[in-house]
Amino acid sequence: MSQDLDTLYQEIILDHYKNPLNAGLREPYEAEVHHVNPTCGDEVTLRVHLSGTGEDAVVEDVSYAAEGCSISQASTSVMTDLVIGKTVTEALSVLDDFQTLMQGRGAVEPDEEVLEDGIAFAGVAKFPARVKCALLSWMAWKDATSRVLGEAGRSDDTPAGDDARTQPKEQA
Amino acid sequence: MEGLLPDLEVIRKDFPILSRTLADGRPLVYLDSANTSQKPQVVIDSMVDHLERHNANIARAMHQLGAESSAAFEEARDKVAAFIHAPSRDEVIFTKNASEALNLVASTLSWARGPLEIGEGDEVVITEMEHHSNIVPWQFLTERKGATLRWFGLTDDGRLDLSNIDDLITERTKVVSLTWVSNMLGTVNPVRQIADRAHEVRAVVVVDASQAVPQMPVDVVESGADFLVFTGHKVVGPTGIGVLWGRRELLEQLPPFLGGGEMIATVSMERSTYAGIPHKFEAGTPPIVEAIGLGVAIDYVSAVGMDRIRAHEETITRYALEQMTRIDGLTILGPVDAEHRGGAISFEIDGVHPHDVSQVLDSLGIAVRAGHHCAKPAHKRYGVQSSTRASSYLYTTPQEIDALIEGLEYTKKYFKVD
Repeated sequence: MSQDLDTLYQEIILDHYKNPLNAGLREPYEAEVHHVNPTCGDEVTLRVHLSGTGEDAVVEDVSYAAEGCSISQASTSVMTDLVIGKTVTEALSVLDDFQTLMQGRGAVEPDEEVLEDGIAFAGVAKFPARVKCALLSWMAWKDATSRVLGEAGRSDDTPAGDDARTQPKEQA
Repeated sequence: MEGLLPDLEVIRKDFPILSRTLADGRPLVYLDSANTSQKPQVVIDSMVDHLERHNANIARAMHQLGAESSAAFEEARDKVAAFIHAPSRDEVIFTKNASEALNLVASTLSWARGPLEIGEGDEVVITEMEHHSNIVPWQFLTERKGATLRWFGLTDDGRLDLSNIDDLITERTKVVSLTWVSNMLGTVNPVRQIADRAHEVRAVVVVDASQAVPQMPVDVVESGADFLVFTGHKVVGPTGIGVLWGRRELLEQLPPFLGGGEMIATVSMERSTYAGIPHKFEAGTPPIVEAIGLGVAIDYVSAVGMDRIRAHEETITRYALEQMTRIDGLTILGPVDAEHRGGAISFEIDGVHPHDVSQVLDSLGIAVRAGHHCAKPAHKRYGVQSSTRASSYLYTTPQEIDALIEGLEYTKKYFKVD
């Protein structure tokens, strides 16, 4: 019916929404974060498991329990698929590309080589109200990863588990 | 359809926004009036006219424009007082919105000395269906004073659970604050019954009438409230203007809220004395144009008739509930009988997140709200994180409900949950 709507809800997004990859919370992990989108109440609890240290650290696993709209759920699924197996440095670079795409208001041409299924979110950038849905779990992953690397050198596996918000303000 | 406003088409023409079209040339179907109502031309014109011809500060400008502006502002207070049947115009205090009005009451109660003072061991009772603006200020107060916050729970069908009212409202209760009409569940609460019980233990009763004042005739004394708040923008008025009504003897006992110009009797470098009510609570230049706009909004809904608006809302809501409950996989949150609820209908559709529902409806020109509607505890009570909410008002037509129903069926198809 609406072309705009189909731009937003690409088949790839709906597929990931129905069949999310890497879902569930798993062990081992070095950090766990909880991010919410206070505007709508979308939530994600996300764990990261890294091996190695510093720039050579590799994302061994990202596991999560999330509740939210199709955009946020699909984005979480795509994110885990993209970052697992990469070095933290590579994964952060993918995040940069994804963020640039999301904040480009539809004017950024995505690179399929880098973003793979993530290119399906190009249409989301035209819906400013939904950009934060797509970025929720990416920001949670970045937060969790920086917590692990910030604690590098410690040998214990104590999860951080703090609450963190991606948006500072709650709407009425 | 019996109960609808007979002059509905004429009324709709009073609201210019209702004739605009959205993307793809679709007509606007505005079903988000519990969030904010649309404004009739007469309200818009009154505000423009004031700015064009009468603009001046109030109460401190001694020139002709100042006199006109002050008179228009105070006339708005008279209109509000008459509309809610306040015993005195001095009991009507203009605030910026309902949240500020609730914060005014909670803050000044936390500063009060004497009979209204709240201390350790005292209790404040609210309900699980409150808007965040009637939860957080009471959390502030109880945390600051070492008092305890308690609340009425909810029944499975979306009403207040009053079975333990005598355990909740006791000699320790200092304040009972509740919503008259829930912004999420639509429930109309038995305010009078609860107020009577609260008064038996000499507790102060605060009523959030943000969703009630737009929808039904309100008599503050009849309601049993000691304080009652509402906001202008939900009753076809502008944003930036809210109302606190309070019983005179309570308002006079409370200390001032904000300090500044207009709220004083005299100021020296050492100390100040304060103006009488209502000015004691109106520091600084108030939202003058907004108050005038609210006055005209009240004239407008009064001319239509609050009884007739209530009947219209009930009729539209009954029709919407009938149609919506026929949709497979759709669950209504809140009572399903129209006579005991307001015009806000929150619902879920199995397999489609509320954000996605509202996005698809928006593509069809249908404006609804998705999210927690600033009522997270009530959502949690029903085991949901968020919901979609369709809310009607005096300009809503049955055809718009039909458009919503079609839109919801289309949404289900779009997300392949049929």
